[in-house]
Amino acid sequence: MSRIACGAAWGGASLAAAVAPLLLPTWQTQLAFLWVMIVFALTWDVLGGQAGYNSFGNVVFFGVGMYACAVVQRDSGLGYFQGLFAGTACGAALAVVAAAILGAGLLGLRGHYFAIGTLGVGIAAGELAAGWDFIGAGGGMVPPPFPGGLGGRERFFCYLCLSIAALTVALLRWLYAGRFGLALNAIRDDEDKAEAMGLYTTRYKITAWCVAAFLLGLTGGVFGNLAGFIDPREVAFAGSTFGVWMVLMAILGGKGTLLGPIIGAVIFHVTKELFWTYLLGWQRVALGLLVVLIVVFFPTGILGWARARWPERFA
Amino acid sequence: MENLRLLLDEPLLSLQLLLDGVLIGFVFALPALGMALVWGVMGLINVVQGELVMLGGYVAFFLFRAGVHPLFGVPAAALCLFVLGWALYRAVVFRIVERDLFISILATFGLSILLQQLANLLFGANLRTVESGFGTLSLCGGAISVYTVKLISCALALATAGALMLFLKSSRRGQAIRASAQNARAARVIGVDIDRVYAWTFALNAAVCGAAGALVAMIWVVHPYLGLPYTIRSFMIVIAAGLGNMAGVLIAALGVGVAENFAGFVLGAEYQSAFVFALLVAFLVARSRWLARHRRYLA
Repeated sequence: MSRIACGAAWGGASLAAAVAPLLLPTWQTQLAFLWVMIVFALTWDVLGGQAGYNSFGNVVFFGVGMYACAVVQRDSGLGYFQGLFAGTACGAALAVVAAAILGAGLLGLRGHYFAIGTLGVGIAAGELAAGWDFIGAGGGMVPPPFPGGLGGRERFFCYLCLSIAALTVALLRWLYAGRFGLALNAIRDDEDKAEAMGLYTTRYKITAWCVAAFLLGLTGGVFGNLAGFIDPREVAFAGSTFGVWMVLMAILGGKGTLLGPIIGAVIFHVTKELFWTYLLGWQRVALGLLVVLIVVFFPTGILGWARARWPERFA
Repeated sequence: MENLRLLLDEPLLSLQLLLDGVLIGFVFALPALGMALVWGVMGLINVVQGELVMLGGYVAFFLFRAGVHPLFGVPAAALCLFVLGWALYRAVVFRIVERDLFISILATFGLSILLQQLANLLFGANLRTVESGFGTLSLCGGAISVYTVKLISCALALATAGALMLFLKSSRRGQAIRASAQNARAARVIGVDIDRVYAWTFALNAAVCGAAGALVAMIWVVHPYLGLPYTIRSFMIVIAAGLGNMAGVLIAALGVGVAENFAGFVLGAEYQSAFVFALLVAFLVARSRWLARHRRYLA
């Protein structure tokens, strides 16, 4: 694709995303969820796709951001919007701290040890949150109600989520284009060689995880307010839904690319919303089946398949 | 912290916890042995491990409900899970055996979600248990009590592990499995059917997990979501022991059992699985520090 066509496609997509809530006002909450899904898939891909480090625990940062934001909103005494912005900032900062601490321990390990190490982190976090009275324990928390009128809430959150998704795309595009992206890809391709070339691979991996955590923390803070209710196991540290979706969406679209996770997120979210209710309780079974099928038969994802099919367009 | 003081005041209580921990450690050892086998032979980190334990527990539970004595549940669960393991291998696992480790971890992760949610849908989320009807034994004049069912499960776990070892050591098929573990290519050259060996390995692993599950159903309860802690424990035990060190697996499993029992008492049972995960993270970190130091010695 030529540079101009590529720019035009991105511009067109952004324009469509910006006007969609105005054209389809009844779909605003759906769209907000879609932007969140895109952030999920893209942030998982930072380590999972670009650096080849599967993480099953990224949902922790989402939950940390969500709880931190809700606590700030509850205890700071600020107005709604000030509280929300201070809260998301705190949430993102705390998520980065969590990623740096966890990463310092776990990212010194090689891929499969890291993967198993993150496997239980989300569940452990959910359990701890469910036992901690300060953040509502098992009963969860309720963020303050949105002050504006009826229609304003949906539109506000739709654009807020869109801006986070846009920030994610822009930030990752910039990071992948430079030395950072190359370093991550070098780690994925051959970590020993990358280290021998003088890259501090662990530092790069931790930074990558912190970037993902920052974006997830932001999203978490906003999502808590969007959902209107924070449950420790089903919303904040929802390993069996969000945690699995992240992985699935990124692989479905094509891991290790910028566009792939976006495509995967859109396709997954749309099919999920269209068909999920017809599955009558079999949704989560279908989810597991989908993960197996995609990983086994379609590991390069849609974009990888397209690249193999039409190599000249990706030159 | 009150519990901690209680523990310090009552030395016999520590003995009780220690004994209980050792006994449940034997049950933890079974899925860990299976994981070590699959990892060593097939080079596959099997995240489904815990779900196989869970399904074994359900087999035992349904047999018990049909009126079968709980002790027969153990071989029956092993047999059912052997068949399931074989089916899983033929359906999915053989496609991922020789692919890279990321694909195998992700695919078995998907399988574990699939089985767990399937169990939730088919069997319900209720806690189920097998009433073994065994009493308790009192030691030291009643200061220490041991559930007889734990003693029996410990013996059954040892028997299962012994049977697995014997099979691997002396049967023709077991020799083929060990040969493939040493060098799959060379084994193929001398005429071992690697695909069949892998199927046997995976099915045997499932059978061992199934037996463990039946024991779990007798000692505690089964529910669809109990799998993950077993997977994590098995992984932890295997890397603590080192691959290919079966006696080490047993010792590490006892250590994990004891540690968990003490932590469960001090922290409260609701944090027990959080403790397992925290222990894994701590363990992985300590291990990488230790390895890094060794690497520096080499340099």
